[in-house]
Amino acid sequence: MSTEGGGPAPPVLDGSFEADPPRLLGTRCAACDRVAFPPHGTCPYCGADRCRPVRLGPSGRLWAWTVVQTRPPGYDGPVPYGFGVVELPEGVRVVTRLTLPLTDARFGEPVTLRIVTLHPEGGAPFSTWEFIRTGAER
Amino acid sequence: MSTGVRITGVGLHPFGRFPDRGVTELGVEAVRAALADAGIDDPGDPVDAAFCGTAYAGVAAGHKVLGALARTGIPIVDVEAGCASGAAALSLGVTAIRAGEARRVLVFGIERMPRGMIRSSFFEPWREQAGLAATPAYFALRAQRLMRERGVTKEDLARVVVKNRAHGVANPDAMFRTPTTVEEVLASRVVCEPLHLHMLCTPNEGAAAVVLEPDDPPGRDGRAARAVTVAAAVLRSHLPGSVLGEATPLCGVDDTGIPSPTRLAVDAAYEQAGMGPEDLDVVECQDTDAARELLAWEELRLCDPGAQPARLAGGHHALGGRLPVNPSGGLLSKGEPLGASALGQVVELVRQLRGEAGARQVPGARVALGHTVGRGANASAVILRR
Repeated sequence: MSTEGGGPAPPVLDGSFEADPPRLLGTRCAACDRVAFPPHGTCPYCGADRCRPVRLGPSGRLWAWTVVQTRPPGYDGPVPYGFGVVELPEGVRVVTRLTLPLTDARFGEPVTLRIVTLHPEGGAPFSTWEFIRTGAER
Repeated sequence: MSTGVRITGVGLHPFGRFPDRGVTELGVEAVRAALADAGIDDPGDPVDAAFCGTAYAGVAAGHKVLGALARTGIPIVDVEAGCASGAAALSLGVTAIRAGEARRVLVFGIERMPRGMIRSSFFEPWREQAGLAATPAYFALRAQRLMRERGVTKEDLARVVVKNRAHGVANPDAMFRTPTTVEEVLASRVVCEPLHLHMLCTPNEGAAAVVLEPDDPPGRDGRAARAVTVAAAVLRSHLPGSVLGEATPLCGVDDTGIPSPTRLAVDAAYEQAGMGPEDLDVVECQDTDAARELLAWEELRLCDPGAQPARLAGGHHALGGRLPVNPSGGLLSKGEPLGASALGQVVELVRQLRGEAGARQVPGARVALGHTVGRGANASAVILRR
């Protein structure tokens, strides 16, 4: 199961988040002002190459969600797990894992970023980002 | 208006699971059938070029098929464009004839998909490890947003399956040929809420082939009467910005006003054909999952956004309705062999336009639209007319 706290487990993708305090790392384009995640050298929206680092989160709103019941190919972590899209106040929607349970979740419900460690079956632990319904953190 | 190209022959290997047959064999059967249908199955009948759509068949897959038929020596190009691979091959074949590079082109699509959830080299390994590469989960999120924004219910999603599976009963080339009910669909296991197992198409195996020739004045020979004109064959990719688009990025912005790849393809196709949705008699569209078909209805301009539940209730897009969609049974009945699925639609639509579709015939069909969309993103729109 996932456990709280980044610990020493390496991130699943270098440079995509900070653990303490939890923040996603992205870029904001100096030409079109749109935000991308994870960091991009070239803006994925307009192609300009003037992207500046930006920290994102920890607060967002739930935009879409589901539960993955069986392990997809290449994934050896726990199932079921939550999966969805969170809208961040910086004007970007990000694809993310979501902490279960999601029973009775609502569109626009506040969610909070946290960094978790996954222990894949037969593999080394790693840390990744996840959003949890605000108020359910404890 | 037209591309100046017509389809003179079609062939299909049924879609399903064939444990004893390799992908080359599937292709050989479809190609042989298309050549025979075009009346050019004598080994001396020349073909000038070939394009083969496939995503999983590996290096030089098209060469293996044509090698088995001693039809090599010509340019053979394998084309990968996700779910639109076969349509991309068709589009290239049409272009070769329009450019005067070829008089007779063979276009085919072949696939033998692994079982279960589709694995794609499209996703980086870290993304698979993090659990962010679950294809049906993306379909589920798109379905959830469609339900929220268009007033579509889970029962509506089940009704799409009921419609297509009812059509598939009459298709001997389909994988699933039994009718189903809303209750039965909703009783199948949840894969990713709101999508149940029976709302998702099955990746499987199959092949489809067509022969293209210049659209010379009809009456040239006996074959011309059965020929179908390619009014448009368009391939498009995505524009950036949509987080749940088929390009499956990790981020996106408010995408209001950003046209989807399907919209880009179909609008270009309508323009190329000099036609609009009001001219269509029959449609085959991408129903990877039940919600995908409902989204396609509005992207293809078949209905206004939000009109889907009423269209379902009224049987508007069922056989016997105003504009039948997926009379073949769709991918929900046929299964989806990626490289073959777009050409499978074309084969179905040619049969419809010839009046050779048997119990699933749309009476008097003259104009047809085929649509695929998937990984890439790639989207295709093909308009055919009698």
